[in-house]
Amino acid sequence: MVPLPPVVAAGRGRRVNMDLSRPNLQLSVEGARTGPQRNWGEAGSEEDFKVKNETKRREPPSPSSTMIHSLFLINASGDIFLEKHWKSVVSRSVCDYFFEAQERASEPENVPPVIPTPHHYLISVLRHRIYFVAVIQSEVPPLFVIEFLHRVVDTFQDYFGVCTEAAIKDNVVVVYELLEEMLDNGFPLATESNILKELIKPPTILRTMVNTITGSTNVGEQLPTGQLSVVPWRRTGVKYTNNEAYFDVVEEIDAIIDKSGSTITAEIQGVVDACVKLTGMPDLTLSFMNPRLLDDVSFHPCVRFKRWEAERILSFIPPDGNFRLLSYHVSSQNLVAIPVYVKHNITFREGSSQGRFDMTLGPKQTMGKAVEAVLVSSQLPRGVLNVNLNPSQGTYTFDPVTKLLSWDVGKINPQKLPNLKGSMSLQAGASKPDENPTFNIQFKIQQMAISGLKVNRLDMYGEKYKPFKGIKYMTKAGKFQVRT
Amino acid sequence: MSSAALYNDQTGVETAVDAGQESTPSTSNNSGAAFGLFSADFKKNEDLKEMLESNKESPKLEAMKRIVGLIAKGKNASELFPAVVKNVASKNIELKKLVYVYLVRYAEEQQDLALLSISTFQRALKDPNQFIRASALRVLSSIRVPIIVPIMMLAIKEAASDLSPYVRKTSAHAIQKLFSLDPDQKEQLIEVIEKLLKDKSTLVAGSVVMAFEEVCPDRIDLIHKNYRKLCNLLVDVEEWGQVVIISMLTRYARTQFTSPWKGDALDENSEKAFYESDAERNQAETNTYIMDPDHRLLLRNTKPLLQSRNTAVVMSVGQLYWHLAPKHEVSLVTKSLVRLLRSHREVQFIVLQNIATMSIQRKGMFEPYMKSFYVRSTDPTHIKTLKLEILTNLANEANISTILREFQTYVKSQDKAFAAATIQAIGRCATNISEVADTCLNGLVLLLSNRDETVVAESVVVIKKLLQTQPSEHSEIIKHMAKLFDNITVPMARASILWLMGEYCEKVPKIAPDVLRKMAKSFTAEEDIVKLQIVNLAAKLYLTNSKQTKLLTQYILNLGKYDQNYDIRDRTRFIRQLIVPSEKSSALNKYARRILLAAKPAPVLESAFKDRERFQLGTLSHSLNTKAAGYQELSDWPSVAPDTAVRNVEIIEPVNEIVPKAGKSKHLKSDKFYSDEEEEKEERSDSSSSEDGSSSSSSSSEESEDESQEESSKHSSASENTSSESEQNSSDSESDSKQKKTKKTQKKKKAKTAAAQSDSDENGNGVEASSSSMESSSASETDSDSDTDEDMKPAQNNIREKSKLQVKPKKEVSLLDLDDFSQTSTNAPKPSVVSHSLLSDLEGLSLSNISSAMQVTTSTFSQVKDYDLLHHMSGKGLAAKYHFPRQPCLYQPCMVTVQLVLSNTSDHSLEEIHIGERSPASLNIHCFNTIERLEPGASVTVSMGIDFSDSTQAANFQLCTKTDQFNVSIQPAVGELLMPSTMTEEDFCKEQSKLLGMNETSATITVPTANISRLAINKEILSVANVGAVPSNQSDVHRFAGKAVSSGSLVLVSLSLQQSPTALLTVNTEKSVMASMLLRVLTQALTAA
Repeated sequence: MVPLPPVVAAGRGRRVNMDLSRPNLQLSVEGARTGPQRNWGEAGSEEDFKVKNETKRREPPSPSSTMIHSLFLINASGDIFLEKHWKSVVSRSVCDYFFEAQERASEPENVPPVIPTPHHYLISVLRHRIYFVAVIQSEVPPLFVIEFLHRVVDTFQDYFGVCTEAAIKDNVVVVYELLEEMLDNGFPLATESNILKELIKPPTILRTMVNTITGSTNVGEQLPTGQLSVVPWRRTGVKYTNNEAYFDVVEEIDAIIDKSGSTITAEIQGVVDACVKLTGMPDLTLSFMNPRLLDDVSFHPCVRFKRWEAERILSFIPPDGNFRLLSYHVSSQNLVAIPVYVKHNITFREGSSQGRFDMTLGPKQTMGKAVEAVLVSSQLPRGVLNVNLNPSQGTYTFDPVTKLLSWDVGKINPQKLPNLKGSMSLQAGASKPDENPTFNIQFKIQQMAISGLKVNRLDMYGEKYKPFKGIKYMTKAGKFQVRT
Repeated sequence: MSSAALYNDQTGVETAVDAGQESTPSTSNNSGAAFGLFSADFKKNEDLKEMLESNKESPKLEAMKRIVGLIAKGKNASELFPAVVKNVASKNIELKKLVYVYLVRYAEEQQDLALLSISTFQRALKDPNQFIRASALRVLSSIRVPIIVPIMMLAIKEAASDLSPYVRKTSAHAIQKLFSLDPDQKEQLIEVIEKLLKDKSTLVAGSVVMAFEEVCPDRIDLIHKNYRKLCNLLVDVEEWGQVVIISMLTRYARTQFTSPWKGDALDENSEKAFYESDAERNQAETNTYIMDPDHRLLLRNTKPLLQSRNTAVVMSVGQLYWHLAPKHEVSLVTKSLVRLLRSHREVQFIVLQNIATMSIQRKGMFEPYMKSFYVRSTDPTHIKTLKLEILTNLANEANISTILREFQTYVKSQDKAFAAATIQAIGRCATNISEVADTCLNGLVLLLSNRDETVVAESVVVIKKLLQTQPSEHSEIIKHMAKLFDNITVPMARASILWLMGEYCEKVPKIAPDVLRKMAKSFTAEEDIVKLQIVNLAAKLYLTNSKQTKLLTQYILNLGKYDQNYDIRDRTRFIRQLIVPSEKSSALNKYARRILLAAKPAPVLESAFKDRERFQLGTLSHSLNTKAAGYQELSDWPSVAPDTAVRNVEIIEPVNEIVPKAGKSKHLKSDKFYSDEEEEKEERSDSSSSEDGSSSSSSSSEESEDESQEESSKHSSASENTSSESEQNSSDSESDSKQKKTKKTQKKKKAKTAAAQSDSDENGNGVEASSSSMESSSASETDSDSDTDEDMKPAQNNIREKSKLQVKPKKEVSLLDLDDFSQTSTNAPKPSVVSHSLLSDLEGLSLSNISSAMQVTTSTFSQVKDYDLLHHMSGKGLAAKYHFPRQPCLYQPCMVTVQLVLSNTSDHSLEEIHIGERSPASLNIHCFNTIERLEPGASVTVSMGIDFSDSTQAANFQLCTKTDQFNVSIQPAVGELLMPSTMTEEDFCKEQSKLLGMNETSATITVPTANISRLAINKEILSVANVGAVPSNQSDVHRFAGKAVSSGSLVLVSLSLQQSPTALLTVNTEKSVMASMLLRVLTQALTAA
């Protein structure tokens, strides 16, 4: 659908006025709203009316505390492309309030996550340029809904590889089946990906073909055994010919570096992501050489908390497949090694329409590991019209509309430090921008966890075979900012 | 109707696509091509109908998929209802599911037709497959057709007693659905809820509490009996249920317990002081306030959930602590809340809102994490402003300079809305912290020359407010602003400056008239708000300094009189009447000065989150700052705690969970109500607590009433009996009847017991109970952990019944240990044969912990060397010795068991003996439980496990008492790092042949003839190394096999006697370091005469 037809916009405006003037007559207003403004096909509107009447007749004395009433998926251009209701149908006109908020927000991220409307509350998350808008009728912890919506997105991603509008539209039946299983009467039912996969098989090209030919289904016939067992996160009857367990220790450095190059704040957040493909019911223990480093941890539900408390050992029966075993924060007492430094000289001269730009990156405290995949991006001041820069390595782009400069550096060679130098042309006559831009830096360092965390060993109990075990370390930049 | 037209267009396209797809498998519609042209909705539906009525599965499925697609897009597919509903009984499970989806969506509209499907569901409710039963109930209850309410009611009732917890869970969900369909069923539904609340499956708990919250949140009485169970199950409930249960328990606790903050009342005002004297506070509090043990239980059991990956769970624990925990404990949650800030944007938003509210009341909580709230240029604006809010709340004298430096960066931000908010924040800092008020003001004044008008305007406005709060001595700034005035173009800012001039014209008597003069010149060119302020200024100056400004004022008033803007004309007219004396307006005229120059109250600069605390944290209402529908107020603490006995029933009767229904006798036994594990858990916690109760009540018996004393001793003896299982049942009923008899006295006494218990809780004894309960409910394998803490103790006499069930000896051991403990008269340990028998006993019981593949034998060797760990001189009376009992460690197979004998040689009792810091930090120790108290002259034996990682490097750790810490170290002999393993001679040779070359170390030694016998050799070798002899029929070769404890690698020792005094000693192992060390000690042992 093309951007909102003018009629709709006008209608929206009108409704708001009416709301203001007659706040008590919401029902009639709603009726008026559903009619002409958002006309989703003739039949649709008729049905909408019917629903309205229904609600009018049985407006419950106190709104039921169903947690999540309905879900709307809205794409970047403002079309509702999927809706799902767990109780009575909520007219999609409720999303108009969301659109209003969207219009007010300058950036897509600025839409407030919680929007009150006269009869409902809208709680939304934005991921992959899709707004997931949940309609709530009464008091509920907002985080509950937000967390659930994110879980929905994760599940979609898990099932379809990507979570885009196209993917969702292509798999609308699976999406519906999933939503049906994940939420019963607005209360989460099965959110564990392992269980869902037993209930509803993820679509693959092969399976789709087989299904078309044989007429078999995607839907599991049996109650997922995990649901009832003490380890609800694990499928039963898992079998692999190659038994493998891979662990990725990924650490991200969040830092703010100030103008002079000193660290204002820096902290390390890490995760241990696992990909475990082991037959049967393995019981794993993972121990660290230096578990004291881990300050604040949060676990996948499979980890035995007591054991961690007492012995600082991760003991768990893993879910099948990919999962995040643990995320942690490295205690703030430890000094954080900052692996890169930036030398910069960015000046705007008063009165002149030129500015100078000079920036050099260099490695520091990397323990001999190479800093790779370096990407520098920055929002230049509005006054900058264009730039004329010369990178010593890599390529740079500048978007004159958004003023976004990004420099894809690649790998830092300590012998020959990457440098980006040149001039910026400013709007003639405009005054000098009062803030220098902030640089966001991304990088990766393989084979190293910057905090020094090391996995000691991984043991498996409960199964006889010998699994293949692998561990990988990586350090990345998280929110790494350099102020200039 | 452009949208409709457009829409139809699109459907046309879609139909064409659909038609294309259809042609693939089975449907033979030759009219397919025509659809694209006509593109009418009903046509398409006709086609779907046809497909649905086909007698093959795949077209039906195809049709249903398309229908679901329609529903998903929000289009109407209700006409197909009759065709769809026919397929409800389909065998194809996917088809069936899709039909369910359809039914749930449209049944409400087509009630009559929907009834056709009901019988199918009724049949499915009886299906042997629990999955089908559950899903039938799910759909049946989702069909919102009032006529079937009785059927639903019946189905729910049946499902509530289903064997499958999954079905019971579904029934809990159905309760809510039925309730929203027909609220009249409330009473009946409450009965079902009551029943389900008693369910002990973790699967059900969350859902039923959800139903409770919806149907009857005020029936708090239903929770009493289940309170402790819910607390204990909480960890194992699925995450969504945890959120619901926690928020319900928060409300519950606020009605049932007394406020833990009473003692803190004084500190509310002076938080700073409170933090510095945390330790003293703690003590002061125990004197004045005693926490209900159930209250403590809740706090303790929710704490681990802070580690959850689910942000909603963490937040709900956070709010629980905020609303329920004693003030000094609230900061426990800080770290976890800050962690959530790493999560998605939306999560950040909500968490920051809550932190903002918290940080107003409790700066100290978040101050250490101040840097986590630093703003990044990439944050969305609403996150930025929230962070700013928090930073402002956290500002105090100590950190203000850091914060202001940070603010300086923000002021320059390109996001001007944020820059403006920063200026406001600076203003707030200035008012809150008087030390920096001047600095802030000066900074703001500098900002006046900023280029951005929003920044300037905002600074002027903030300066205006600041000056208003402290008008004295700021004439300098006003002067400065007057100077800057010419350069400032933003009307709002100009207006503000003029207002300031007028307000404080007496402080700048020379400048104000001059400004007015300039203004008179430029009046016509100014913006309206500026003009208004010029008139204002003129009026005020006229009143204070009429001599100089009379003419100017008149001129300005004249200009204003003919201004284009009616507001200005009105204002001018009004002012003229007010200030210029004339015959008509004399009455007002007198008061002109008082009207215009009245002292204006300073605006209050305070946090926007100030009033949010009225809402419970983490709620929607809090987030919106308005009361959301269905928000339930958190009640205030009751001044007197309601009868705690309602929950405590179980304490007196640990084994049985009694369900006192009206009319039913209390004697009703329900032994099988809890699983064994749970039973055991409860018993244990009870026995320990009543133990404590009895000891403390006997110590304080003088003060207590005779009656209660008697009762308490009776009580304790009863509970002791209870746990000794031989008399379990009889004693139970005994205590039961006693309880009935003395019900009244007991209630009176209750408070006392509670006090004693909470005492023990405070000291950490309770932690043990809870930990054991958590373990036993989680997995059976961890079960053994907590018991084995204690069963190493020399409780030899009591190990009689080897043949008992698994639980029983354990219980006994722990109980008797406690006995020992309270007597504290244990002699030096006698790790003799008996203790081995205990060990082997336990070995059989807790197989789960020792991998079955590893066959470990206990050695027959019984002579143990004691080593000094801590001399009593250096330990201020605490002496510690250790030895290696050579038992496999039950905590973890890779640990070496070490027994410590702690004795108190001082003349005062030592308290809280525990293990503190260890180094290296990664050292893996299983600590013994904290010893609460060690009387003078007494000693106690505890065992711990240490993972030496197969090296003889010493394990350093601290042994702490309440007051002191002593650094101690345990250096294991190499032989202690082994454990014996059994092996046949064959196996031995096979293994040995694998460990040749690098892995073999040998030496030729001379063995004294006295030691040549097999017995002597065994003795010598076993004295230094914990290995097992391998039976052999060769008389001249002695073989011993063991395993390294940590790595599990084999260590094989063989001694072949060649010619009488010489012998060849060989050690085969992968661990070469170990091998050489072992060789050395063995040589020493064997060659010594």
